[in-house]
Amino acid sequence: MVAKFDLNDDSVVVIIGTGAGGGVLANELAQKGVKVVALEAGGRYLPEDYLNDEWASFGQLAWTDTRTTSGDWRVAKDFSGLPTWIVKAVGGTTTHWAGASIRFQDHEWKALTNYGKVEGANLLDWPIDGAEMAPWYDKAEEKLGVTRTGNRPGLPGSNNYKVFEKGALAIGYTKVHTGRMAIQSSDETGNRVACQQTGFCFQGCKWGAKWSAAYTDIPEGEATGNLEVRDHSHVAKILHDEAGKVTAVEYFDKDGKLQTQKARIICVAGNTIESPRLLLNSASDKYPNGLANSSDQVGRNYMRHVTGSVYGVFDKPVRMWRGTTMAGIIQDEAHHAPERGFVGGYELETLSLGLPFMAAFLDPGAWGREFTSGLDSYENMAGLWIVGEDLPQADNRVTLSKDARDQFGLPAPNVNYSDHPNDIAMRNHAYERGVAMYEAVGATRAFPTPPYPSTHNLGTNRMSEDPKLGVVNKWGQTHDIANLFISDGSQFTTGAAENPTLTIVALAIRQADHIASEMAAGTI
Amino acid sequence: MKQDQLKGITRRALLSRSIATWALAVSGAGFIAAPDAAWALEVAVITPEQMATLMQMARDIYPHDKVGDQYYAVAVKGYDAADSKEMVAAGIDELNAAAVAQGHASYLAIGWEKDRVKVLQAIEKGVFFQKVRAGLVTGLYNQKEIWPIFGYEGESFSKGGYINRGFDDIAWL
Repeated sequence: MVAKFDLNDDSVVVIIGTGAGGGVLANELAQKGVKVVALEAGGRYLPEDYLNDEWASFGQLAWTDTRTTSGDWRVAKDFSGLPTWIVKAVGGTTTHWAGASIRFQDHEWKALTNYGKVEGANLLDWPIDGAEMAPWYDKAEEKLGVTRTGNRPGLPGSNNYKVFEKGALAIGYTKVHTGRMAIQSSDETGNRVACQQTGFCFQGCKWGAKWSAAYTDIPEGEATGNLEVRDHSHVAKILHDEAGKVTAVEYFDKDGKLQTQKARIICVAGNTIESPRLLLNSASDKYPNGLANSSDQVGRNYMRHVTGSVYGVFDKPVRMWRGTTMAGIIQDEAHHAPERGFVGGYELETLSLGLPFMAAFLDPGAWGREFTSGLDSYENMAGLWIVGEDLPQADNRVTLSKDARDQFGLPAPNVNYSDHPNDIAMRNHAYERGVAMYEAVGATRAFPTPPYPSTHNLGTNRMSEDPKLGVVNKWGQTHDIANLFISDGSQFTTGAAENPTLTIVALAIRQADHIASEMAAGTI
Repeated sequence: MKQDQLKGITRRALLSRSIATWALAVSGAGFIAAPDAAWALEVAVITPEQMATLMQMARDIYPHDKVGDQYYAVAVKGYDAADSKEMVAAGIDELNAAAVAQGHASYLAIGWEKDRVKVLQAIEKGVFFQKVRAGLVTGLYNQKEIWPIFGYEGESFSKGGYINRGFDDIAWL
């Protein structure tokens, strides 16, 4: 029985966004008996709706609202209106993610302490650590059904993985395997269908083998009778009372009509671009710089991971598109070893794109035979993606555009990002290692490709011990407003080298526990 | 298309054919046909020569020797529309002016790819080139018909994925 709450019901928790943060938080709270209204800007799509066609799927799922970009990152030049590749749908980007689910390394929770001050970077220690998070990671791995945790076997290696593994071993790497993936790997170890190696993980898993909040946490939460999800509901503003507590949200409903939903607690989980944008767009006489922004950190420290790809071309077919998109990982470079010329580390993970997206992302803007001769060998390509820790910088930030407006007339976000020299050094190191791997197993050509629009968007409402240095405390509760929480990747103090979803989910489970107990105690 | 064939079509046969078509159909319609008549592309708004120029541009921008002309034709046929007419005319004038500046009669009259590429490089920062190039990224590569030429198999869900169909069949490694 799906709940239906009144717009004037001020006892509900309103969650904005239903992805890895908001979708999980909504279910976890509903399971504990807390009444939740979740507002989702996008529509509802389930496995039967997903399209195994890259451009058609992009049209179905991608967040393509008006955005602008600036800074020296190449995405601003190649995809000036599309800084991110994320999803606008119930379940958010858990529809699109590849499923890689790895924990932060202990040292990464304390980047400032362990890396030291880095010029130009705004490093800070998280107010939590690996020991604090371990039990929450356990719960997150169980929820997602992560392979190689619990009793769940690893996935079998695809063609792309086999090339990757052999290359890794050939250059002396040892920490290579088919990954810890939120993809069901056997019929016996979970409730989802086992992976059929169909590819198109980025387009939504048509088997439902990959964990996505869209068809797990959301319907589980709805089944409790405590969760109402309103799709096509785009939140415009968070309102507050004279005392400064948040009281309601204004949102545009399915028909574009402005509605106001009252709330006891508001949790913002709109992804790292939209969450700070909403706080900034909610500025008032009392909070002229936006909500929860006494630190001036809202929107700052935007991180998107050091990324990039390397493709190896061989004299015989690989057919990398067959099977899971992210089919394996190398963790030999994930540690912190400044003698490499940079702080922090990076993961290497297999990746494949279909021909249409390969053409779009191989070298955006390039043309002529150098470009096309690469594509001519598409069938013989193996590919990997780099995921490394980029450094937070104060001026890498989301701000409100002075001119650009979205479809509702609201100021659009501008995403400014420039690489830190540490980011460039790390990316170049990873490019060199990736090329070396493929050449070691006979690649006749290997080449790097530049970063795609960002899927890992982090840091714009960061967590800090000191209220002057960040936006939220160790529970994701804003330092300034006790009943306003941040529940997505924008909480990240630093980005670590790992794909962020598992950590976002673990933080959401932990936050649900905290919110429910504080509500029970009557403190918020 | 091979350059000599293109020249043949556009500068002689094709123009005369289009005039003949005009005379017969009284619609102003023209077409571009393959030398062996394996396919033909009608144009309604822009001229056959402009369409031939766009097709040659498309091949010079993303040259794939194993991809036939008909796919390049499909990739640019959307420019044969009233709202593109002025943009195409102005863009091709710009292209031909760049060709003349490099000592050629026109872009299409250039016999060698490397010389045409030099002309394209002269206009590659411009709006016309960028629009045509960006349009080709989807217009050419998102044609399902060309995917098999590159070995790409597209969706596999309807066939049950690759779990039993070769996701791990690499034998040469």
